[in-house]
Amino acid sequence: MSFQPVKFYQTGTFTVGNRLLPPEERSVQSQEKRYNSINSGHRACQGCGEALGARYAIDAAMEATNGRLICANATGCLEVFSTPYPETSWQLPWIHSLFGNTAAVATGIAAALKVKRRQGERRNIRVVAQGGDGGTTDIGFGCLSGMFERNDDVLYICYDNQGYMNTGIQRSSATPPAARTATTMAVGPEPGNVFGQGKFLPAIAMAHDIPYVATATVADLRDLEAKVRRAMEFEGARYIHILVPCPLGWGTASHETIRIARLAKETGIFPVFEAEHGEVKSVVAIRRALPVEEYLRPQKRYAHLFGKTPQVEVIAKLQALADRNIKKYGLLDGGAR
Amino acid sequence: MLKQMEGSRAVAEAVALCRPEVICAYPISPQTHIVEALGELVKEGALTPCEFINVESEFAAMSVAIGSSATGARTYTATASQGLLFMAEAVYNASGLGLPIVMTVANRAIGAPINIWNDHSDALSQRDSGWLQIFAETNQEALDLHIQAFRLAEELSLPIMVCMDGFILTHAYERVDMPTQEQVDAYLPKYEPRQVLDPADPVSIGAMVGPEAFMEVRYLAHAKQMEALKLIPEYAAEFKAVFGRDSGGLVHTYKADDADTIVVAMGSVLGTIKDVVDEMREAGHKIGVLGITLFRPFPIAQVREALRHAKRVVVLEKSLAVGLGGILSTNVGMALAAQPVDVYTVVAGLGGRSITMRSLHALFRKAEKNDLDPLTFLDLNRGVVDKQLERERATRRSGPAAEAILRDIGVVAANIAQEAP
Repeated sequence: MSFQPVKFYQTGTFTVGNRLLPPEERSVQSQEKRYNSINSGHRACQGCGEALGARYAIDAAMEATNGRLICANATGCLEVFSTPYPETSWQLPWIHSLFGNTAAVATGIAAALKVKRRQGERRNIRVVAQGGDGGTTDIGFGCLSGMFERNDDVLYICYDNQGYMNTGIQRSSATPPAARTATTMAVGPEPGNVFGQGKFLPAIAMAHDIPYVATATVADLRDLEAKVRRAMEFEGARYIHILVPCPLGWGTASHETIRIARLAKETGIFPVFEAEHGEVKSVVAIRRALPVEEYLRPQKRYAHLFGKTPQVEVIAKLQALADRNIKKYGLLDGGAR
Repeated sequence: MLKQMEGSRAVAEAVALCRPEVICAYPISPQTHIVEALGELVKEGALTPCEFINVESEFAAMSVAIGSSATGARTYTATASQGLLFMAEAVYNASGLGLPIVMTVANRAIGAPINIWNDHSDALSQRDSGWLQIFAETNQEALDLHIQAFRLAEELSLPIMVCMDGFILTHAYERVDMPTQEQVDAYLPKYEPRQVLDPADPVSIGAMVGPEAFMEVRYLAHAKQMEALKLIPEYAAEFKAVFGRDSGGLVHTYKADDADTIVVAMGSVLGTIKDVVDEMREAGHKIGVLGITLFRPFPIAQVREALRHAKRVVVLEKSLAVGLGGILSTNVGMALAAQPVDVYTVVAGLGGRSITMRSLHALFRKAEKNDLDPLTFLDLNRGVVDKQLERERATRRSGPAAEAILRDIGVVAANIAQEAP
């Protein structure tokens, strides 16, 4: 069954399980027999977007591979909160090596599996690698680009919370302009992170002409599941970039994680799309573009923009970035470009 | 089968006989010929099934090796010099995770100044990384040690560096006895990993360990490595039974039984030293040699035993612990802590500087007269050094030392074969 977008008014709630749907159309997560790949009891913060994203993404990948999946994990929050030995949350074979080498470790796993298949292994075991934005866009970028360029059979998932949250909220190359972090302090004439820096890794991934690249947020978990499922239909290097709000780092209430993620998408500040072989194939349209201010205001990392004298010029520059995304990806008209 | 071939090719063919399943390759001199030869064997189908992966850095090479080894594949890579340093974080990680990766290190100096020639700075910089380190004296030994290395690594579940002198061995054409596939298969059992990433039995590898257990984990790394001291002689004996020659082991002595002066060294320079010792023996000098094959774990008891009757020990090493002196000599010194014996450190051959028989003759004679400084730099061009030191005293901004010295020497090509002054 192909992916069917679910309108929330069908159930009257924001639940993603959607039990009004026939069983075969329900999300992986709503199924009784979901894999619980990352089990309860881990030490993530309340409202952690990364834990939520990982749960959906890995369970969906497990579903797509009938549980024949190996996971390589970068150093970071996800690694630390899931495996304080002797406890581990992972119900699938899982390895953590270093901060910056996860894509290469996954390449090694995939290579070993390829050899095992030629030696008579009958199971088709697949590989997923995952890390935060620091482990992906900064320190792990060389290994990631190498894995992409060789088109190794690995799905790499980046949980982007726009900073080094595990070490205490420092700037990464995925930290947006104006955001306050511990190393882009909200002081001086231009408080927060500077404009004109940073990188949008999905676009760089696409430039490698790999089979599949997608973005998603934890606001639309059915969309995320569908993208993971789609990714597993391809052989070769695949990349999914998931925006995962961090209550601690962004200064948001823990019950607001999903709403903030939705606002990132609805304002256009974070474009949600999928691409195959370097070409955008579809976008998740914005129904009614909201001003970025609605996304920024609830986040303490942008509090310096909303003081006694609101920084209207800075907010306008951020609005321009959102407008650019809307235009570039055709977010208002569903991708017609 | 006897063959005349390049050291790199010999190592590559020996590695291929060990049936590696994943090989990661990144070019760096003087290691590159090894992985080139292996790549050819994989591509033409002579080595199968095997995945040969061209990675984007040495850091990736070791990381790919970590992934494949943890998934149960016999894994090999090779590197040198800057490459070994670039992968250093993953080098420690591989041993910490207990992954039996075999890696050739084609020993080369470390910059700056950039230098592609041979010394032991690269491997010795990783001496505390938890890897076993063995040093080959000849191309035959390099070939043989790789076969033993896979067996040892997999039995101990620890990674091993097989170190061979860059260019001096890797690029030298020599006669080697290449074993048959049947011999290697008889000697090297199938890889049975202790722990493997498999959906049928999911494990979490590489978890966080805090102060409550970290000391114990590190102690076990030490204890486990020390087991090699027992295993290596056994494996060398079995090797002799299958292949019919002595190769490997912990240490080797040469004319040392009645020697007053014993020269300690590692790697290919042992050949030159033995030639000098032969000539000095003929002239009536009581001098002998201790070659150290296993550097990690360091065979303290065997070194102590071998040097028991020596009046003086000359440690000739191709490495420098800046600010201290010798690396190998510090290790040898530990073995001799309780013995009243003079230990001379001689730093020689850095960055490919030739170690000539003439220089060694002079050096050893000086040592016999107890006329050697505790720390000697063999064939150091004192004039050039003094001039630069003077320049730095005179002006605060004296320019980059390497370039200034090259200008003083007045040659463009590296002066690698300088005669003793």
